Amino acid sequence: MSATPSPGSQMPREHYLNATYGIRSWLLTTDHKRIALLYLASVTFFFFIGGAFATMIRIHLLTPKGFLVTPETYNKLFTMHGVAMIFFFLIPSIPAVLGNFLLPIMIGAKDLAFPKINLLSWYIYLIGGGFVLYSFSTGGLDTGWTFYTPLSSVYSNSAVTPAVLGVFINGFSSILTGLNFIVTVHTMRAPGMTWFRLPLFVWAQYATSIIFILGTPVIAITLLLAGMERMFHLGFFNPQLGGDPILFQHLFWFYSHPAVYIMILPAMGVISEIIPTFARKPIFGYSFIAGSSIAIAVIGFFVWAHHMFVTGESTYAALTFSLLSYLVAIPSAVKVFNWTSTLYKGSISWDTPMLYALGFLGLFLIGGLTGLFLACLGLDIHLHDTYFVIAHFHYIMVGGAVMGYMGGLHFWWPKITGKLYPEFLARVAAVTLFLGFNLTFFPQFILGYLGMPRRYSSYPPEFQVLNVMSTAGASILALGYLLPMIYLVWSMRYGAVAGPNPWPATGLEWQTASPPLTENFDVTPEVTWEPYDYDNRPDLGLAIKGAPSLAHGDD
Amino acid sequence: MQSDLPLYPEQASNFAANVDALMVYITAICAFFAIAITATVIYFFFKYRRKDPGEVGVPIHGDMRLETAWIVVPLLLALTMFGWGAVVYVDYRRAPMDTLDIYVIGKQWMWKVQQPTGLREINELHVPVGRNVKLILASEDVIHDFSVPAFRVKMDVVPGHYNTMWFRPTRAGRYHFFCQQYCGTNHAIMGGWVTVMEPMEYAAWLSGSSDATANPVAAGEKLFVEKACTTCHLPNGRGRAPSLNGLYGAKVLFADGSTVTADDAYIRESILNPQAKIVAGYQPLMPSFQGQLTEEQIIDLTSYIKSLQSQPVPATGSGVAPATGNK
Amino acid sequence: MHRTGELFGQYRTLEQQRETASLGMWIFLSTEVLFFGGVFMTYTINRSTYPDIFSEASKTIKLWLGALNTVVLIGSSLTMALSVWASQVGKKKLLTLFLILTLILGCVFLGIKAYEYHDKYVEHHIPGWNFNFEPGADAATNAHAQLFFSLYFGMTGLHALHMIVGAGLLIWLIKESVRGRFTPEYNTPVENIGLYWHFVDIVWIFLFPLLYLIDRH
Repeated sequence: MSATPSPGSQMPREHYLNATYGIRSWLLTTDHKRIALLYLASVTFFFFIGGAFATMIRIHLLTPKGFLVTPETYNKLFTMHGVAMIFFFLIPSIPAVLGNFLLPIMIGAKDLAFPKINLLSWYIYLIGGGFVLYSFSTGGLDTGWTFYTPLSSVYSNSAVTPAVLGVFINGFSSILTGLNFIVTVHTMRAPGMTWFRLPLFVWAQYATSIIFILGTPVIAITLLLAGMERMFHLGFFNPQLGGDPILFQHLFWFYSHPAVYIMILPAMGVISEIIPTFARKPIFGYSFIAGSSIAIAVIGFFVWAHHMFVTGESTYAALTFSLLSYLVAIPSAVKVFNWTSTLYKGSISWDTPMLYALGFLGLFLIGGLTGLFLACLGLDIHLHDTYFVIAHFHYIMVGGAVMGYMGGLHFWWPKITGKLYPEFLARVAAVTLFLGFNLTFFPQFILGYLGMPRRYSSYPPEFQVLNVMSTAGASILALGYLLPMIYLVWSMRYGAVAGPNPWPATGLEWQTASPPLTENFDVTPEVTWEPYDYDNRPDLGLAIKGAPSLAHGDD
Repeated sequence: MQSDLPLYPEQASNFAANVDALMVYITAICAFFAIAITATVIYFFFKYRRKDPGEVGVPIHGDMRLETAWIVVPLLLALTMFGWGAVVYVDYRRAPMDTLDIYVIGKQWMWKVQQPTGLREINELHVPVGRNVKLILASEDVIHDFSVPAFRVKMDVVPGHYNTMWFRPTRAGRYHFFCQQYCGTNHAIMGGWVTVMEPMEYAAWLSGSSDATANPVAAGEKLFVEKACTTCHLPNGRGRAPSLNGLYGAKVLFADGSTVTADDAYIRESILNPQAKIVAGYQPLMPSFQGQLTEEQIIDLTSYIKSLQSQPVPATGSGVAPATGNK
Repeated sequence: MHRTGELFGQYRTLEQQRETASLGMWIFLSTEVLFFGGVFMTYTINRSTYPDIFSEASKTIKLWLGALNTVVLIGSSLTMALSVWASQVGKKKLLTLFLILTLILGCVFLGIKAYEYHDKYVEHHIPGWNFNFEPGADAATNAHAQLFFSLYFGMTGLHALHMIVGAGLLIWLIKESVRGRFTPEYNTPVENIGLYWHFVDIVWIFLFPLLYLIDRH
């Protein structure tokens, strides 16, 4: 690491990890930091389940006929991949792990506003996850993660009911997390921590929480209705009993489109922390980045029917939703321009988190720009439900959200564990992920334009070359994910001691010990500085032009 | 001929060139921004690489002119994409008048096609080159989607709805069509081939393989009697329900004063949910036939009602709106 | 976290704690609005597709029972509001009394609801279970009427579930109130559960006209 920890740093004598011992002290904890680690373990578990399904999908598609599994099993694989990854990994990943750990510390609070509700969220997540695993292991699920009716509610022979209930239950976990975050940001800020001094990560979590609160209940009730339709043979969305399957799609996408922003907004928040820290300068256009998060959350609620351009919706509806979809692209563009400008005249280090941020920028750029193709009515008809869509949303969700998550995990790993990860291996992993990802998903854009439909267990032979490239990329990608698993676990025991502020960074979370105390701070901090203001922070021990260089070890 | 690794599918319909041009336009803009931003980021990474561990960057907090520029310029470019896309889309949605109407029914996991002559095909669709073709799409079970990449067309096939799409094939040949909305176990093999033929060949093909037993008008007429439609819908207009002579394609006047053109979707709705639109001067007496007719039977009935188009319309007792229009 | 009196460890002052709890409840209620919103939307769309059969079906539920329940529920909102007032001015006996009255009215509501459900059971109007709208109804009419009753049971059932949760919360409040825990300084639980109770009442105020009143002349 370029910023070596002050020599002789030692782990603090007492911190949240060793405050109490025993399994009960974890399962009944109300400490947001411990709950974050509980989430870290459980979302990692679901990530590997979803990853195993993805591996099988890619192996199966090596040949046009598909040689690994039957079509029925293939359908289950991509469905379970989607459900595990979206509802049980991507949506909770950054908010429930990094958000939970950092949000209170970043605003100078001792904990979230409702610590018990926070623990309850995790248990609800586990119960929902249990239902879904039960569905996976007893017949699987083959409806697609979108649960479109009447396929899911009438025709599917797989274990749809427990899966739908699992996702329904899990929704309340998201809602309670969002509620907790919003209230915490409003009422728990330390003295001096004004709204425009909040770290941009907190703004992003706040915007995400708005979506949790307003979107999740709608999918909860929709899936409940679909589940009842299946259990009791009712007809809400079944045309043979008078219902309307298009209504299901409207209700489903009213949540599930904003859910895309649930996944990407927190990652944008992470990137907004990493870039100024590793360029050592204030972020360019703070209020524009903060405001664009809120704009995305709000406008994101009015674009859902762009998933339905080919369902036969009216031309006027299609025009409206296309226009609104273009509008929601602008705040994302604003962020990218501001991040790029932040690099200008910075002091840029090439530490691992910054490599992830760089990777995020490149991949999110492609993911976001290809969204413009799909928002375009004239093009979407041809591209809809092809591999172009698959490539697009993987660029956003994996290239964007997961790269952000990995970057954040590395950035805050010293804070979470008090230890440094091995820098060289981490850089290798970051580069491997970037290359593997592009090789996996870039060919799929071309496949999509050529017309290869998504969710196909077999395909015409002319599509084979690109599919083989994609599978080759996926195996590199898999290595890229295994490597951090290994060295991060290794570093918890054998890593060098990090010290309170190894980078150094300006946020409040770096003002306390690593790992922090159970109550985060010895005394409630008082904030007197602007965010990312390296020029007025002599306490960081950096050489500032025009000011005498200060010795290390002030904090 | 295309290379072994093509970047775009064959262009075989009136839409294909337009869509590809739009694709090139958006790709050009996006590629410009992607390359410019990536290059800038990489340049900054090298140019401003940290030289001394204690170094800090130059504090720059923002610039209103820049912020305005990168809100306004992308917005304007996005609006051009929206506008062009909208023009192409409206073309997709607005079918010309003189179409060759073909019924397509999706069911798990096959496609049934019915040519205007009543000729039936399975997982095959024959169309003449240069004719405007309209597909009327219905589903027997779940949502399907009919898509022909070489034509750049696609439309969901939704149970309980009629969706339509149109295209004009421009090049003879055989092209894949796919089911593009996930529909269960054999979704991936629910596809087939569109054969585009020269008009003469198409006509010869139609007559050559014509199948006398599959006359939809005759089948529809039989159903019309079997389902007791004849007891109310008397041709002379004296029944409890309006005469259907001359109905298809005409404007129908409703009790609430509105009118609608009697097309396939209207006829389908009137059979399945007769209460939805009540013809002026009539009672809502008709029972619903939802769940009692297959999509194919509905198409047969529609074909029969279509065949009544040329029959004399009674002076009273028809749902057809007076030619002067209604205030 | 340590707890000092009624002040939980993560807060700095009682004032902050009260503000936090109240904001939390409001945000929870906004979630609830969207939750009910989904099913209200489903109902509205279906009602506009099948106006006649929905109107026929809604006439089979007894208007006077719904009206009576509306009165009962409004009464319970009044007693709940009085409970909040009593807790603010520190009248502990009155607080317990009003809370008990609220609970009783809530239970009366649920009792009447159960009686209505029993009616539907007798008339074979339980969706998915021997459903038969009326003798001789054709398949389509039956299906569309069943759609109405599915939504009727879905919406009132969801509402009743909220009432049951509310009753549980009231029982807890009564217990704590008897212990004398609520004072003019600390009465946040009474206020918050009061908010919840009023919200559940308001949902009913929308349900009653939607399910019982439209098209009754």
